[in-house]
Amino acid sequence: MNDPDAFLVVEDLSVEFPTPDGPVRAVNNLSYTLGLGQTLGIVGESGSGKSVSSMAVLGLHDADRTKITGSIRVGGTEVVGLNEPGLRKLRGNSVAMIFQDALAALHPFYRVGSQLAEAYQVHHPSASRRDARRKAIEMLDRVGIPQPDSRVDDFPHQFSGGMRQRAMIAMGLINDPSLLIADEPTTALDVTVQAQILDLLQDLQREFNSAVVIITHDLGVIAEMADEVLVMYAGRCVEYGPTKEILVSPEMPYTWGLLSSIPDVSADIDARLIPIPGNPPSLLSPPSGCSFHPRCAHVDKVPGDLCATQLPELLEGSNGPGHVKRCHLANPQEVFRREVLAEIAPDLVEES
Amino acid sequence: MFAYIIKRLLSGVIVVILVSMAVFALFWYGPSSPARPICLAETGNRCTPDRLENYEEQLGYNNNIVDEYGNYAKGIFTGREMPIGNVVIDCDRPCLGFSHRSRALVWDELVERLPATISVAVGGAFLYLALGIPIGVAAARRRGTLGDKLLVSSFLFLSSVPYYLFALLAWLYFTLIWQVPILGSSGYTPITDNPAEWFKGMLLPWLCLGIFGCTQYTRYTRGAMVETLSEDYIRTAKAKGLPPSTVVYRHGLRSALVPVVTVFGIDLGVLLAGTIFTERIFEIQGIGRWGLSAVQAFDLPVVSATALFGAILIVISNLIVDVIYSVLDPRVRLS
Amino acid sequence: MSERDTTADELVPEQQAEIEPAPALTPEVPKFEELAQQAHTAAALDLSRGTVLEVDNLKMYFPVKSGGLIRRKVGDVQAVDGVSFEVPRGGSLGLVGESGCGKSTTGRLITRLYTPTGGRILFEDRDMAKLSKRELKPLRREIQMIFQDPYTSLNPRHTVGAIIGAPLEVHKVVPKKQILPRVQELLEVVGLNPEHYNRYPNEFSGGQRQRIGIARALTLNPKLLVADEPVSALDVSIQAQVINLLQDIQKEFDVAFLFIAHDLAVVRHFCPEVAVMYLGKIVEIGDRDSIYAHAHHPYTQALLSAVPDIKQAAIGGRRERIRLEGDVPSPINPPSGCRFRTRCPIAQDICARHEPPLLQIGKRHKVACHFPGPIGAHPDAPITARLLGTDEVGNPDPGATPSPQITNKPGFDDTWFDLDAKTFGRA
Repeated sequence: MNDPDAFLVVEDLSVEFPTPDGPVRAVNNLSYTLGLGQTLGIVGESGSGKSVSSMAVLGLHDADRTKITGSIRVGGTEVVGLNEPGLRKLRGNSVAMIFQDALAALHPFYRVGSQLAEAYQVHHPSASRRDARRKAIEMLDRVGIPQPDSRVDDFPHQFSGGMRQRAMIAMGLINDPSLLIADEPTTALDVTVQAQILDLLQDLQREFNSAVVIITHDLGVIAEMADEVLVMYAGRCVEYGPTKEILVSPEMPYTWGLLSSIPDVSADIDARLIPIPGNPPSLLSPPSGCSFHPRCAHVDKVPGDLCATQLPELLEGSNGPGHVKRCHLANPQEVFRREVLAEIAPDLVEES
Repeated sequence: MFAYIIKRLLSGVIVVILVSMAVFALFWYGPSSPARPICLAETGNRCTPDRLENYEEQLGYNNNIVDEYGNYAKGIFTGREMPIGNVVIDCDRPCLGFSHRSRALVWDELVERLPATISVAVGGAFLYLALGIPIGVAAARRRGTLGDKLLVSSFLFLSSVPYYLFALLAWLYFTLIWQVPILGSSGYTPITDNPAEWFKGMLLPWLCLGIFGCTQYTRYTRGAMVETLSEDYIRTAKAKGLPPSTVVYRHGLRSALVPVVTVFGIDLGVLLAGTIFTERIFEIQGIGRWGLSAVQAFDLPVVSATALFGAILIVISNLIVDVIYSVLDPRVRLS
Repeated sequence: MSERDTTADELVPEQQAEIEPAPALTPEVPKFEELAQQAHTAAALDLSRGTVLEVDNLKMYFPVKSGGLIRRKVGDVQAVDGVSFEVPRGGSLGLVGESGCGKSTTGRLITRLYTPTGGRILFEDRDMAKLSKRELKPLRREIQMIFQDPYTSLNPRHTVGAIIGAPLEVHKVVPKKQILPRVQELLEVVGLNPEHYNRYPNEFSGGQRQRIGIARALTLNPKLLVADEPVSALDVSIQAQVINLLQDIQKEFDVAFLFIAHDLAVVRHFCPEVAVMYLGKIVEIGDRDSIYAHAHHPYTQALLSAVPDIKQAAIGGRRERIRLEGDVPSPINPPSGCRFRTRCPIAQDICARHEPPLLQIGKRHKVACHFPGPIGAHPDAPITARLLGTDEVGNPDPGATPSPQITNKPGFDDTWFDLDAKTFGRA
């Protein structure tokens, strides 16, 4: 995962917005890498910085109102500090983004086909309108829209929710991007439609061998889609590693909290739903030390007031290389097995 | 859409009828007899109760109000003959009666004054938009910067000055004190008589209406644009790699125009129904001044006509706004 | 503040720090064991106390009007079409299904925000389907609603105290003086600071607003709460807080829930019994085990297989699933016969000709399918043909008569159709 030749390399990324009440540091020292054909899942709640960090990859933040430091390299091109024309060459071309609510993310006044064609023509200035339209129909067909040659002239509101998200994906992929960032791509959709869209994303990734960043709050989606997971809390990466390790033997209490606060369709009936107490912190005055300590139920297991005073480093845990976490707990594996798992999945403890 | 327009026109007709009925009734039962203006005018201000009674009798103001409104409404479609004193005024259709101050036919006066009002209104409204929209867009794109803040606060200051004061000062300085040649001549010259004079006479009224009105349109446009620029689809447009001008104008402005068009349609209707201050200050014989003086003199036929005219304009401009709305936004289906 | 005070302020914490080393990091955070003890396991079924709500063949058709000058009625949106179920006293029934299946409309019918087109809503044995507004007023106290969106369902111009106290004033339950104490008591129940009664909704986070919505619903001590997607707008970590709160409230106030949600896992945790809806009809209803472990309807099976599963992480890759093609058809012209047949992987001719009856196939399990069975073991021949008096492709069979045992009444019988023996009987 620390492959400097990877397609997407994010190093020490910080994103800060000055506000009238003081600066808000939405992303703080974030680093990750992602290779072609790989999928990274970024998990976190609203305000965790997961969307902000991904928008920075496309340079979508208003340069006048944002302070971005660190480095983002896409296919060897440094994005941080890149000028607007340079960014435009990347956007929608080698890096594409698809958004959560396709109804809001597609322009309500323009036909679906013309929005797709526009995305094609801006990076293929020599293409004629006919070519662009043909390409739009081809992409709509590719993402499974029935009768694409007539639906191409529909407006977004004439599409169903699932079809709109398909059209959004078609628009993102129209220029064969090497990196696709999907920001909550299935959150507003029904489960069966969500399954269709996730299937489609996976098929397309295989076909185009692109790198995919999938941003979600749904650990189930992560479990089925991602090769690696990055858990964010209050702008920082708190745990990062291969999906299997993060979800099977997590080492950071926030990740435990996420796992314990969602029910599972096949869970043990005796499993408890244990919430994370309190509310996510304000980024205007982030907590001292570990940002999660005011909500952490395991603070008592760390000696002294370390959690409140000292920010834990992002260090390798007991699972070996590739799995890092930001926590002062000395024996997270043991605490998780003995205390957390026993409550949230008693069946799994007995097995092991 | 056709059915919708028919339906709206039908309901519009009802609105117009109700408005004209209400105005008619208000002045009929008002503090002063509707016949008093003509009595005053014809007797040289020696209007005795007997004479007044006589005029009321002749003009039908002693009749039942329902019958008299019926005669009035019928006259619009068929014309009528109106006896007064020992003459009979032949009022062709559309007959709106005759002014009780000048004996002139109301319809003729309306037609005579309309070009002046249209000149003022259309020119002023054009400036509203031509100045307001680009300035609003520019401010929205630079929102939060010093320039934007200066613009917003100076426009806020400008729009808090009463319009009549603004226009009066403009006239005072440009025409009277500095005597700027091109802004010098005020008053209306028909465009068919002398286009240059027409333009010279209209220029200052236009500028006053335009500059004052554009402060509002800048606000509307800026507000709508700021909101639109934070929409998800604008982010999508940027993420596609479109150049900023395409993002702002093609994707942003079209959506932002929807609320602006709504306000503009109503404003234009109101302007066409008479720009009272502008006409008064710049000595333009338009609908607004005419209506105002008629109200002051309780000149019922003229008041009724201006109210009728205003109501029709508002109904039509509302309808046009709806149609434009459906053209701009494909989600709006008129039915 | 005087100079002396400032000095004192600076000194005191230091002195305290010496006496009390490591001043409790954040004393309000409970230890994990405490947290776990306060949390609930999945709710259990208790049938000993009868039912509080019985819904019988409930229908809601919304007329569809044509455009043009004269708007004629051209059809109906059959939003809810013959739905029957029971909610046990103090228990909870889950209604699940995808958008447009009619689950929210059902909830609104039960709170009588709509007047149903047909059917009965028996609340404590009184049919409230046809009551007038005035007759409904006393019943409105008993049935309250919790809404999905905590941001739009609270009036931003009213204080939290006014919002929660409003029902008390409207129904004149307590004298004016006692309203505030009651409001504060309710705030405490839902885990908010009772001193915050004079704040406005925008001063609270999404999860806190949902708590306010819950407090408002509890104000009149209702016997039934209709919760329409109560947690789907909340952050993951907050969802669990609210679900646990609802479980606390259910125990403490002995209130029954009709729990409407699209999240199958949340419903599974909260509701011992679940009804699955598709295009205005219940396709399968039963206790938790019947629905989640032994679903017999292909739609329920497809829904369950579509839910992304965290446990999959241990295996990697995507799970095998039943793929449903296309979208839900329009409820204006729903498919003939079985409404699911256009997307059903096992549909046959009979499905287009006859609507499958909601047949009881277990102690607490009903399914509306001509070919009910576990995944991969659906029967080849329709088990309903004989009951409907038809042959296997759905043509009328002159020798057979429709069975009187096909009904659409709420609740479960002591005898049911045995899928193996293909007869009615007690298992």
